[in-house]
Amino acid sequence: MTSPARALIAEDEPLLRQALEQALARAWPGLEIVASVGDGLSAVRQALELQPDVLFFDIRMPGLSGLEAAAELADAWPHAQEGGLPFPALVLVTAYDQYAVQAFEAQAVDYLLKPVQAQRLQTTVARLQRLLAQRASSRNTAAPQDLERTLAQLRQLLQAPSTPPAPAARLTVIQAGAGAHIDLVPVDEVLCFEAADKYVRVLTAEREYLIRTPLKELCDQLDPEVFWQIHRSTLVRASAIRAALRDESGRLQLQLRGRTERLPVSRLYAHRFKAM
Amino acid sequence: MSIAPLMPHFNARTFGLHGLCTAVLCCLTALALQATGQGAWDAQLVYSLCVGLISWLVIDLGRLLLTRHQPIPWPAGWRGPALVVAGIAAGALLGGAMGRLYRGDEQPFSLTQALTSAAGLTTLALTAAISIAMCLVLFHRGKAQELQRAIVQSQRDTAEARLKLLEAQLEPHMVFNTLANLRVLIASDAPRAEAMLDHFIAYLRATLDGARAPQHALRTEFARLHDYLELMAVRMGARLRYQLELPIELAPAAVPALLLQPLVENAIRHGLEPQIAGGEIVVRACATPDGRLRLEVLDNGAGLAAQDFANGPAPRHFGLAQVRERLLTLYGDQGGLLLQARAEGGTRCSVVLPLHLENPQ
Repeated sequence: MTSPARALIAEDEPLLRQALEQALARAWPGLEIVASVGDGLSAVRQALELQPDVLFFDIRMPGLSGLEAAAELADAWPHAQEGGLPFPALVLVTAYDQYAVQAFEAQAVDYLLKPVQAQRLQTTVARLQRLLAQRASSRNTAAPQDLERTLAQLRQLLQAPSTPPAPAARLTVIQAGAGAHIDLVPVDEVLCFEAADKYVRVLTAEREYLIRTPLKELCDQLDPEVFWQIHRSTLVRASAIRAALRDESGRLQLQLRGRTERLPVSRLYAHRFKAM
Repeated sequence: MSIAPLMPHFNARTFGLHGLCTAVLCCLTALALQATGQGAWDAQLVYSLCVGLISWLVIDLGRLLLTRHQPIPWPAGWRGPALVVAGIAAGALLGGAMGRLYRGDEQPFSLTQALTSAAGLTTLALTAAISIAMCLVLFHRGKAQELQRAIVQSQRDTAEARLKLLEAQLEPHMVFNTLANLRVLIASDAPRAEAMLDHFIAYLRATLDGARAPQHALRTEFARLHDYLELMAVRMGARLRYQLELPIELAPAAVPALLLQPLVENAIRHGLEPQIAGGEIVVRACATPDGRLRLEVLDNGAGLAAQDFANGPAPRHFGLAQVRERLLTLYGDQGGLLLQARAEGGTRCSVVLPLHLENPQ
């Protein structure tokens, strides 16, 4: 390796953040920790700015969870052909393995259980060093596959709920409050749900409504074959999609029948749109 | 053969056992009658068996048929005694006729004779006595079994509820994150590690004892909240600030053990944790104008806007549902829980319950 490896740590508990820094300093003296942050949003911002080689993300964090932050980062990460570095190697850190991350061992994504034990950290460090050395020797050629692999795993982790949900009743009518009255909107007429701050926008061909039910909750009550998740904050009626367009930077956008806006597709869900 | 829907209580082993008991009793009766010099032994035996077995069949099968919709295998109300009478009558009349047939008794059966002659009355009395005795035994055994079943079921329910509560309180994230923090402190700040460990021990002990001591003094409740909040303060650092306000005169008030714990946990989990800057939690107690006890958990966190409470609490709010249920069971309409959005942001959760001061710790 020509330059020392650079790492970013995201962990919301200050003592544990310090401890991980210290443990890494012992296990990997050559590693430079470029930033330590306490929440998911800062993690995404700092990672984009500093472009580290390795990410240590706690899973449960305020703002964005470690998984959401990684997905968001993968989305915003500059493409290799735009001169960007390869996507960082991701290590997830968690107190309790509710996602059964063990299943992903020996993949591009590694995981650590808290309290982090020196020996286990050594294994992770060895794995990361091997991965970075491989990258250095093959330059950017391996980068797209790395990102794809990471995305595939994040997809699985984000889809695997921590607790098996009770089979929620399917939603048939959306009740949207509008001042003193409530609009009833049949789900069959909805083209798209879009999370915006504290509300979710409900788009039909003619109108839009605002509701307060979180997108995650809606997601559980809608048929996943009818409404596709295309972004952390967007669910789209699959049959209402007219076309998926790729812009000059390689990002996908959707055009809907009956609507003019263009909806960005996150890289996490871009695998849905491939020519048959 | 499918007798399950018709006789759900049917069990071949018990049925056979009842039949065998009846047959043995009949043999003993025949033996006794013969010993007192009443006719030939074979005739007595057949007679006795016919009467006994017919009575038993009518009563036992009738009972199984009549109880197919109820948990206790003995007919409810007047049906029980009526069945016994029917069984005795059937045994005495039908069995009696069969017995006489065996004896070669040509005399036609007459009801008046059966009810007036000494032999007829003896038969009737014996059949009645034995049937009633057997039915009493059956009835009590069935009832005892049903009681046993009910006890086991209620024990299972209690154990399940306790386990659910424990699972909620010993949430693995909380336990392992606390241990991870302790592990760091042991090396870097031993006295602080010791203090944190003491809080964790007190927290664990209170959690595990919670189901055993249903009530404790409000000062104990606040001490446990202090343990929990101290643990969380080490973990969250500057993101968590808290205040516990307990007026001295309310300290001895009796409250359900760890009632407020899930509410404080919710305030941290749903109020402070989603906020990058964290926030403050205030727990306070006061007496209401109508002489009840009001306990409040306030936070200035994310608030209720993000969650839709219009349709009642979502299933994930196990803590809230559990506190509501405890209040309802203990105090009926004298207790209650109210969750409100605070005008200044955040959430106010207030619990009202009867104030019992005469029961100091």
